[in-house]
Amino acid sequence: MAETTLSNAPTPETGHPPEPAGKSFWTRLGSIILRQREVSILVVAIVLVIYFQISSSNFLTNDNIRVIFQFVSATAIISAGEAMLLICGEIDLSVGQVFALAAFIMYFVNQAGLPLWVGIIAGLLVSAVVGLFNGVVTVWFKIPSLISTLGTQFLLNGITLTISMGEPEITPAGGQINQVMGLNPYSEIAWAVAVMVVVQVILSFTRWGKHTVATGGNLLGASEAGVNVSRVKIGNFMLASTLAGLAGILEAFRIDSVDPLAGGTTIMFSAVAGAVIGGTALSGGLGTVVGAFLGVLALSILRDGFLLLGVNAFTFDIILGVAILIAMILNVRLRIWREAGRQ
Amino acid sequence: MKEAPSPVEFPDAIRTEHIVKRYGAVTALRDVSMHLRKGEVLGLVGDNGAGKSTFIKILTGFVQPDGGEVFVNEEPVKLRSVSYAHSLGIETVYQDLALVNELSVYHNMFLNRELRQFPLPFLNNRKMRELARDHLRKMGVNIPSVDVEVAKLSGGQRQAIAIARAVYTDAKILLLDEPLAAMGAKEGALILELIHNLKVMGEVSIIMIAHNYAQVLETCDRVNLLQHGTITFDKPVAETSLDELNELVMREYRVGATKTPTKS
Repeated sequence: MAETTLSNAPTPETGHPPEPAGKSFWTRLGSIILRQREVSILVVAIVLVIYFQISSSNFLTNDNIRVIFQFVSATAIISAGEAMLLICGEIDLSVGQVFALAAFIMYFVNQAGLPLWVGIIAGLLVSAVVGLFNGVVTVWFKIPSLISTLGTQFLLNGITLTISMGEPEITPAGGQINQVMGLNPYSEIAWAVAVMVVVQVILSFTRWGKHTVATGGNLLGASEAGVNVSRVKIGNFMLASTLAGLAGILEAFRIDSVDPLAGGTTIMFSAVAGAVIGGTALSGGLGTVVGAFLGVLALSILRDGFLLLGVNAFTFDIILGVAILIAMILNVRLRIWREAGRQ
Repeated sequence: MKEAPSPVEFPDAIRTEHIVKRYGAVTALRDVSMHLRKGEVLGLVGDNGAGKSTFIKILTGFVQPDGGEVFVNEEPVKLRSVSYAHSLGIETVYQDLALVNELSVYHNMFLNRELRQFPLPFLNNRKMRELARDHLRKMGVNIPSVDVEVAKLSGGQRQAIAIARAVYTDAKILLLDEPLAAMGAKEGALILELIHNLKVMGEVSIIMIAHNYAQVLETCDRVNLLQHGTITFDKPVAETSLDELNELVMREYRVGATKTPTKS
């Protein structure tokens, strides 16, 4: 940081740190992998695929790939919004409950006699309002989002259980809408990829994206430059919540059931873990949506592979926990190595 | 205390009269009357607790004075907020606070003033890169590339970019709070050269807070000494010397600093 002196700063000619000549191909490849977090997590995912394919020939079958898509889709959609929030320096623990609530809003609006698409929009709107609420409570009352959204999480869970009376319902049928919104085995993953692309474009190529990075990277500096950091934060809370609502609705269509206990903290933590494994810093300012997607993908491959290998569910949680911890430690270590690699 | 400058020949960019600021029982600023001529570089020196940072916060609009008046371009103004001070062209450059480390140099230069490809919402990175490069070159700021993340630059380079950005966003009065603190000689020289370039261009007026009197004498046109919440010394650098400045500050300790309460 500030200790860096002129002498070891990047040279004016190239704009990059001077690379010692004669580095082998593998050293350079290694350094690219270390610097680009997305590449490193992709490598991990590929290695996992190879390992599971060797261990179980059923891994790369059509059916199993579909199962992986099911694991990935909803979590990846939530992870995209969560990544944006983490980058701007906040977190939302209530997304798993928005997931369940949005589907019920859709269900009840439809039950009230309105068309299914109106129900879907109502579900998304309510999700956005929850995000607005989270953002306003966090920003205006200066409550850490870890706490404020923990409160919202219980609040929403209670509301969903109350309005559903704790009973699951069958997802209303609306013909083509059901297919597009998740019943078709490939529609949910298509949504997930589309969301990833759109949100990544927002992050990389719009003012909103730059302001999100600035808010998380240097809150004081960004507001000094005139960035409306409150608006950026509230907006990203709304984005994360709306995407969680979308994921919940898609999932309701896929499994043909509206479940008050769907989602929950499990999907929320998977989404956060995926984002962090994919290189998003919990401290803000750093991260990509593509990385979050790949992080969720790697976790899903791991989960699916263990299922195929018949690893006991309890053992699976132990291994998953260790895997997440290792990924988090690597997250920190890799950054230190990368920074050292610059010089 | 000092002669008012001829407003026709050397109009003041900013002037304060009898600024008072108290924090409870503690008086941070007793009576600060200071002026900064257009295009001038004023060095503001003083010991810790003399009230320098309080004074700068008032000029930034961050803190409201309890008494006294501020004039910008000879018009009385009330610096009620940071954004209002910004709108008058007053900008403070804090070391290491201004830039976003994770963004590239040109995205920092255009932070909150990003250019877009109308009617599309996408950033016009090419144009911003070009303009940032031109502006930095014009100001004599030498950095490897405007594409690198600010985190990869040295403290001096970052400070230079922060100053260049302030000038680019139409700052007329720059407040530099210890621009050379925690910087090596080479780095410091970079900033002093930038300040010199700004002086030659003559578009901005600068108040520079500093501890190093030698650097003040080298860079500034005039030096003010703030002691116990008031300006006790005001001379062009040509008429003073390192010895005199050291003597003034040392005398304070010999006589005893206990007679006036200071903020601490």
